[in-house]
Amino acid sequence: MSLPTETNVILATDCGSTTTKAILIERRDGAYRLVVRGEAPTTVEAPFEDVTRGVLNAVREVEEQSGREILDGERIVSPAEGGRGVDIYVSTSSAGGGLQMMVAGVVKSMTAESAERAALGAGAIVMETLASNDGRLPHERIERIRQLRPDMILLSGGVDGGTKSHVVEMAELIAAADPRPRLGSGYDLPVIYAGNADAREDIARILADRTELSRVDNLRPVLEAENLGPAREQIHTLFMEHVMAQAPGYGDLMAWTHVPIMPTPGAVGRMVRVVAERNGIDVLGVDIGGATTDVFSVFGGVFNRTVSANLGMSYSISNVLTEAGLEAIARWLPFEITDADLKDRMGNKMIRPTSIPQTMEELIIEQAVAREALRLAFEQHRNFAVELKGVQQLRTISDTFDQQTGGRTLVDLMNLDLIIGSGGVLSHAPGRAQAALMMVDAFQPEGITNLAVDSIFMMPHLGVLSTVHETAALEVFDRDCLVHLGPCVAPVGTGAPGSPCATVRARSDDGEWTHEAAVGELAAIPAGEAEEIVLEVAPSRGFDAGAGRGVRVDRNVRNGPLGVIIDTRGRPLQRPKDAAVRVETLQREYRALDLYPEPG
Amino acid sequence: MMAHAYTSGLRVSSRTVVARTRRLPLSGQVLVNVGDQVRPDTVVAETYLPGPVHNVNVANALAIAPDEVPGCMLRQRGEPVAKGELIAESKGIFGLFKSSVRSPESGTIEMVSDVTGQVLIREPSTPVRINAYLDGTVTETLPGEGVVVETAGACIQGIFGVGGETHAPICQIVQSPEDEVTGEMIDDRLRGMIVCCGSMITLDALRKLIEVGASGVVVGGMRYHDIGDLLGYQIGVAVTGGEDIGLTMIVTEGFGRLPMAERTFELLRSLQDREASLSGATQIRAGVIRPEIIIKSDGGEATSDRASTAGRGLEAGSLVRLIREPWFGELATVASLPEQPVRLPTGAFARVLEARRTNGTLVTVPRANVEIVET
Repeated sequence: MSLPTETNVILATDCGSTTTKAILIERRDGAYRLVVRGEAPTTVEAPFEDVTRGVLNAVREVEEQSGREILDGERIVSPAEGGRGVDIYVSTSSAGGGLQMMVAGVVKSMTAESAERAALGAGAIVMETLASNDGRLPHERIERIRQLRPDMILLSGGVDGGTKSHVVEMAELIAAADPRPRLGSGYDLPVIYAGNADAREDIARILADRTELSRVDNLRPVLEAENLGPAREQIHTLFMEHVMAQAPGYGDLMAWTHVPIMPTPGAVGRMVRVVAERNGIDVLGVDIGGATTDVFSVFGGVFNRTVSANLGMSYSISNVLTEAGLEAIARWLPFEITDADLKDRMGNKMIRPTSIPQTMEELIIEQAVAREALRLAFEQHRNFAVELKGVQQLRTISDTFDQQTGGRTLVDLMNLDLIIGSGGVLSHAPGRAQAALMMVDAFQPEGITNLAVDSIFMMPHLGVLSTVHETAALEVFDRDCLVHLGPCVAPVGTGAPGSPCATVRARSDDGEWTHEAAVGELAAIPAGEAEEIVLEVAPSRGFDAGAGRGVRVDRNVRNGPLGVIIDTRGRPLQRPKDAAVRVETLQREYRALDLYPEPG
Repeated sequence: MMAHAYTSGLRVSSRTVVARTRRLPLSGQVLVNVGDQVRPDTVVAETYLPGPVHNVNVANALAIAPDEVPGCMLRQRGEPVAKGELIAESKGIFGLFKSSVRSPESGTIEMVSDVTGQVLIREPSTPVRINAYLDGTVTETLPGEGVVVETAGACIQGIFGVGGETHAPICQIVQSPEDEVTGEMIDDRLRGMIVCCGSMITLDALRKLIEVGASGVVVGGMRYHDIGDLLGYQIGVAVTGGEDIGLTMIVTEGFGRLPMAERTFELLRSLQDREASLSGATQIRAGVIRPEIIIKSDGGEATSDRASTAGRGLEAGSLVRLIREPWFGELATVASLPEQPVRLPTGAFARVLEARRTNGTLVTVPRANVEIVET
């Protein structure tokens, strides 16, 4: 569909694994603003098995709320004429079970790790990483390849001009396994070769007959440099052509949009990068969905992204239970519940993924699970994908050796400026304080950190919109998308409960206050209506607020509905083990933030 | 303005047409024709799964360069070899001091690499056959891939299942959907049966069913952790069907003690002793798959599977199941569908419907928390 010359009305949808969300943007008085938002369950399930049903339902909600006629039957009217139709329609998608890949390299900690980063960066779930030195015998690798039915394989190995026998051997193993794609049997499995350029002909001879082979630039052309861009782009292209095309209804949806459908994580990552670049700050972004949780960060200008497959709030909720354990979830519950009951509730959410909590108890349980999903996803981000980056990465030889022992993390919580939460459980939390505390408990920020949420889960829409109309995307992002919740002040150190931790002073156009924070406290102190406040945090001896132990930190921060959150509960955060003490502690903390007010 | 909404639901139908595509994992041969009558165990298509591969590094074994390997092969690509047979031999010095390599298994030479010096030997293929699964008629053949089998009869979808396909007679062992099945109710007469229960089955009873050799079990609810105990691991995401625990399990309502829907229970009761096809395969992701019980009818008209489900919406009068606390598992009838979002006890705003419970009380429920009961 061709783009109009003038854009006044924009429709954007995001087809999540659980819910399809539509937003309507209009240019009014010279500025682009969000008008309304609608949503409907994603309809990949029977009896519909067609993603466009959910899109149409969500758009109908937008029509009802805005009074604007957008649909003509089951067709989106475009371009806009008067009060009818839209000029641009864009969409993102994470439905369809995500992109499941297998990657292979020669040396596990080098080319195989680079291949894994490329796949993760493209939004894939990495099912298996094979390497010549992974300790398995060749026939074991062949068996493993045969068992898996990935959407595609990324094969790398060797620097350009280096030895090619290892990567050729890996290709031989893939050929011998004769792997089949996950979806459908009517096409060959896509294999991307991004290894030693000298081995291309050999690879083609071995794999071209059996697979849909494509070749891109080596993702590790020399030992100390990574070039992940070409492989990532090729993954994205094949994802659209092969995986999405197999998902029910996507053929139609792809014809409706003005620009290619973008994977939801890719679109959110784009917005996180924009925020960091525009403000010159370190940012952590998280998007917690029904099936997966994505973590994005920009530290020191370097963009990282990880996808935690099978950590999510509906389809994957039971997996959060399996990975975190019952005890870890229960430690956030201000009431007692039997293990069997908690497990049944997780199981029921898994099999009815679109249902929502109707009682406060159910809401608290879901938010407890969210804390653990976020914590686990963040751990993975910090420990595993630390060196993942945008386009091209340069390492020194010493970094390369570092990497073998697990890599150097770029995540520095003390220097982190802003956390942005996105995804249903954060964006749609009935109380903003709930979203803030979920993020504080899961990420445990240190020093002074601004907290924000994507108000109504718009980052995916704006990310894909920015590829075609950046002005509109940025204007809506500034005015309607990001909601600042207020800063979190968390001095790091140790002290006896109740002993002095820090003196926190807040000044703004609305006035000022001073709070003497004691060790073990969780409080939210309102700071008026001002958009910005000046914080002065003077930590006690032994506590660090960002400038060293006992050194005062002055910082301009964004105010929010919560004011300033003061968290002196300690890092790492310890929760009481005894159930009765836990219940009492949590009830006190949650009351302090008026987290779960009584209905009515 | 909006008089209906779309909500997915589970099918419980006494008379319908069900078509199932039976597809080979790899391209192969279709063994039946359109119009053929098939039984659940009729083999409809077969293929041969490539055998395991063994690799022999001939270059290393003969102490030669990889590019010399092709010249030393006594058996070439595509040729059959027997276990222990000579497959490669070095030229030696003046014909003496030759080294040789023997095949580790019987099979075929799959590849000889002059880059890595490896030779791959593939064992003979193993046959893979797919059966008709349903008692019905072949309505379509997919050349090289499989067939479509159709049958008219009853179809009940469950919400979650474990285990693969089976077929066996139905045996309902309780009197009411509320009843719980315990270990002492299980005996040898249930061997080879699909055992239909009420609200719950205990872990002990499940173990006994496996012990006596029951083919399947259909139950309203069960404890989520009992599945983990049976499997030896917890199911993290609802993608099942390949488990091998000795029987196929289908849960119709959910996890916990949940009376089987009256309609499902009565339908199963009416089909006592009839042979059913059962599949536990569940996939709650894109291309959703629900576990199912299908029983061929003994004649009469049936509505088409496709026509009766597509496009059905939620409207006043729709029969729904409430799928979330505080009324989890109950059936209700939609009374109205208010337009404006309503504030829930959690503080969230959501689009809701008013539903009349079976006890007559009217309750407000998020639209996301109901499931249409397909009829």
